[in-house]
Amino acid sequence: MARATFRAATRALTLAAAMAVSGAAFAGAGLPRGDAVRGVDLYQAKCGACHSLDSNRVGPAHRGVVGRRAGRVADFRYSKALSASHIVWTPANLDRWLRAPTVMVPGTMMGFRVSSPQERADIIAYLAQNPSRR
Amino acid sequence: MIDIPSSSRRSVLTGGVTTLSAAGLVALLGGSVPAAARKADLPAQDAQLLNAALALEHEGIAAYQIAAQSGLLSPDVLKVGITFQSHHKTHRDDLAAAIGRLGGVAATSKPIADYAASLGAGALKTQTDVLKLALRLERGAANAYLGLIPSLQATEFHVLSARLAGDEAFHAAVLGNVLNEPIPQQAPIFG
Repeated sequence: MARATFRAATRALTLAAAMAVSGAAFAGAGLPRGDAVRGVDLYQAKCGACHSLDSNRVGPAHRGVVGRRAGRVADFRYSKALSASHIVWTPANLDRWLRAPTVMVPGTMMGFRVSSPQERADIIAYLAQNPSRR
Repeated sequence: MIDIPSSSRRSVLTGGVTTLSAAGLVALLGGSVPAAARKADLPAQDAQLLNAALALEHEGIAAYQIAAQSGLLSPDVLKVGITFQSHHKTHRDDLAAAIGRLGGVAATSKPIADYAASLGAGALKTQTDVLKLALRLERGAANAYLGLIPSLQATEFHVLSARLAGDEAFHAAVLGNVLNEPIPQQAPIFG
């Protein structure tokens, strides 16, 4: 019980930190400030072929991804490489991932790259605005 | 940035490093992957990426099947949909053949009910709903294939991915026209 409470608190703190980073502090990390409104359209156009917020499709469901450990969406079959990666999807890690997923995690099944730093920031800002409903 | 558990960190420091591929280790440490290591992992990595593309084609084929069986399409639109589905079947076969040449095992399709659920087919009430879904998927697929190219190692798969992107962009253009969508004012339209 105490462990579950601790995990929930840790997750909440991670998410809060991630969402803070996706705003003003994001620029402080050397990354552009993301615009979640632009991110909606970019998400549909760039990610929507394989991903949805709430359905596992070619890729896993994305709701709540910011702050989550990689490879943890229920009922989605990940590559061994990503499952074993121990990555936490902070905005900075999502930026690295979208820039070149196969460089970050060799052996991943995702190869799609977003070359524009601003577009990556916008997509990440959109994802940060869609936390887990639990 | 990457949270390595203490036990894993210890194994890296005490010789467990040999269990990691060279490419994996270098990526973990944030550097660039040496050419020799990259070459060693090349076929398996490309096969992984092409299998994800194959899964995308399986979904596209299923989406057109769901649309065809919905009873919502006019005969003319149905005919176009069947033609587009046949293009996706060719894509599927080309990708499966490429994966096989790399020594990989091609991903199989899921039951069509699974695709219907994940695509929200139950919410499709009109032909326009179906066309909008198809347009969203085709537009996304064109972008997906273009965004995949830099991650593929072999030139022949760069070409394959670009050709498939072209087909998806063509489908998107036709669907956009049927839906009376305005012509995009800014180029490049995809990628």
